[in-house]
Amino acid sequence: MNYFSFQRTVLAVLGSFLAICFFPVQSHSDLLEGSAEEAGLRIATESRERQKGFGNFTANLTMTLRNKQGKETLRSLRLKVIEVQGEGDRTLFVFDHPRDVKGTAFLVHARKDGPDQQWLYLPALKRVKSISSSKQSGSFMGSEFSYEDMGAVEIEKFTHRFIRKEPCGDLECLVLERTPKSEDSGYSRQLVWFDREELRAIQIQYFDRRGEHLKTMVVEGYAKYLDRFWRSSKLTMTNLLTGKSTVLLWSDYKFGTDLDAKDFTRTALKRIR
Amino acid sequence: MLFKKTQPRITRDPFAMPGENGGNIAAFFLPAIFAAVLGIVVSLLPAAAYPVGFADGIDISGRISTESWLYPQSASYTDQRSYAGGLALETTFHIENEEGTSVTLTPFLRYDAGDPERTRADFREAYLLMYGDVGEDEWELRLGIDQVFWGVVELYSLVDIINQTDIAEHPNEKTKMGQPMAHFTWSGGWGSLELFAVTWHRTRTYPGRHGRQRYEFIVDQDLVSYESGAKRWHVDLASRYSGFFGPLDIGLSVFNGLAREPSLLPRLVDSGLVLAPRYEEIRQFGVDAQLTRGYLLLKLEAIYRAGAKNSRFIQDLNNFDEENYTAFILGSEYTFYSIMDSNSDLVLFAEWAHDGRGRWATNAFANDLFLAARLGLNDPQSTEIVVSVLGSLDNSSRVVSGEFKRRLWDNWFLHIETSAYLQIDEDDFIYYVRRDGYVRVNLDYNF
Repeated sequence: MNYFSFQRTVLAVLGSFLAICFFPVQSHSDLLEGSAEEAGLRIATESRERQKGFGNFTANLTMTLRNKQGKETLRSLRLKVIEVQGEGDRTLFVFDHPRDVKGTAFLVHARKDGPDQQWLYLPALKRVKSISSSKQSGSFMGSEFSYEDMGAVEIEKFTHRFIRKEPCGDLECLVLERTPKSEDSGYSRQLVWFDREELRAIQIQYFDRRGEHLKTMVVEGYAKYLDRFWRSSKLTMTNLLTGKSTVLLWSDYKFGTDLDAKDFTRTALKRIR
Repeated sequence: MLFKKTQPRITRDPFAMPGENGGNIAAFFLPAIFAAVLGIVVSLLPAAAYPVGFADGIDISGRISTESWLYPQSASYTDQRSYAGGLALETTFHIENEEGTSVTLTPFLRYDAGDPERTRADFREAYLLMYGDVGEDEWELRLGIDQVFWGVVELYSLVDIINQTDIAEHPNEKTKMGQPMAHFTWSGGWGSLELFAVTWHRTRTYPGRHGRQRYEFIVDQDLVSYESGAKRWHVDLASRYSGFFGPLDIGLSVFNGLAREPSLLPRLVDSGLVLAPRYEEIRQFGVDAQLTRGYLLLKLEAIYRAGAKNSRFIQDLNNFDEENYTAFILGSEYTFYSIMDSNSDLVLFAEWAHDGRGRWATNAFANDLFLAARLGLNDPQSTEIVVSVLGSLDNSSRVVSGEFKRRLWDNWFLHIETSAYLQIDEDDFIYYVRRDGYVRVNLDYNF
């Protein structure tokens, strides 16, 4: 055997071994390299990238609104989401409960380069109404979630800053601060805890326009779909000022359905049941 | 508001029967009794009787409403009641196959304890829907009785013409009747183009002799006439393009067919003077547009209508003058989100309605300003309060209204509204309803 060839093989094997051993760690260190802003953007981008490519999915949502006295109110709705190449996601919410708003639908075309486009369908009037994307800070169905909390998080809408790493439960978390660029946002900033391994949001703290800690959302019950996409099954949003909370339960995730972009148009909105 | 002024003052109907004035008290309490009984029945139903999932066969949803109207002022005309009570049932049955082809049926039943003109059974919807792809575009076909809405403003949608207005149901002109039609839509990234072929003309409903919110004389539906020889079988054709360009939504429409709004001609019949509805053949071009800019929405609806009669009598009171005209409504809507750090949103509306026919207009919006404020609390009960004023810019007439909506329990919804007619000018279109201010209490059970 040629000596050089042997040496090369050993080096190659050793190199591969080293690469396998250290690549993830290396990747993590890379993630945190540079200034806090650079690291923040890198973490946010990486987290978002890992969620891309799902194509489309549908899910059912149940919301439990709980007031300070513990009185509960239920909401249920269906959700359909599709990715559109080069644009933001399109999301369709269809309300099932309470029954007086049954069939009411809310369509969002997220835009990276400007305000989202949103339409509301009112079945009693057969009316599709374009609504202002400034509605972001408004409460979603009377819950502690606002419209902006319900939408897809587009990286371009925030400036990011890496704050620190710290343990969160059994995991290690990266804490990120993100500041909304839009004046219409109800928040001055958000703190997001991503688990270091999978870059899934574990907890988000929301700070109001005066800088006060307003709400905290805890994300639980992550499961992996299509071997790639982590989806949670439970979001708990607590309002620290009012003591009210909303639990959002996700169920019946279905990926790779036969939805296409035409199911997310104004014409389709009028067909919604 | 939607009451035609019969121009020359015709003296009080000499043939009117001296019937009892006002309705009876029982009619007012009937809905309350019904609501109580309904509540008991519903609460006894097993949970399994609850909504059927949308994918498993027939989807059933609907509403049972109990309705009470109270008119605090004494009536202008004999026989008119002071209380009205009734019930309505509207249920939608929807079934869909795997290709998305569906059938939707929505029968509507209305019982009014005192006014037979309001008691009826009808279909709000009964249609077959199919759709499919054509390359990047999509087609959709709806066949049967359906409802179509065009427009952007809040006061009254000027361009909206496919469906007949159910005035007997509610005088605000926002309730529509089902209309048989073939409705084809072609849509793509460029917008959508809709074609309509509409037949079996629906006549506008009006309150009967005991009803409030009517003219001095009763509209006699037996005396309906049409300009077209085909009568109600006349095929109305319509088309609409709609699309959006960034923040601008735009709709362009054309309608060619029988008017939805009749001329009301006085006729002497055995029971006295009545009004005979006559539907002319008209052509209408419409435009509706909305510019969505942050917290502010700017809206426009405008029409040009040819072939319709105005409200000026010609010759021997047997007909009205024909006048081609334009009308528009310019509006704005401004929203304050999360006011005073609460969940509440406050929306302010200002709309200006103008009709080129001026004093010969056939509705109340000849030159009027509409101002409204809607406070939505965004609470679990979806509480909403609306106050509005509609005022003429030409005379002293004002209509002041208020609304309160709140979900009481999961399936029950309360809706209280009131309207008062103030300083109504004798020449004003709504002079006939000047004493018909009301309080309406609606309790709905949704399922």
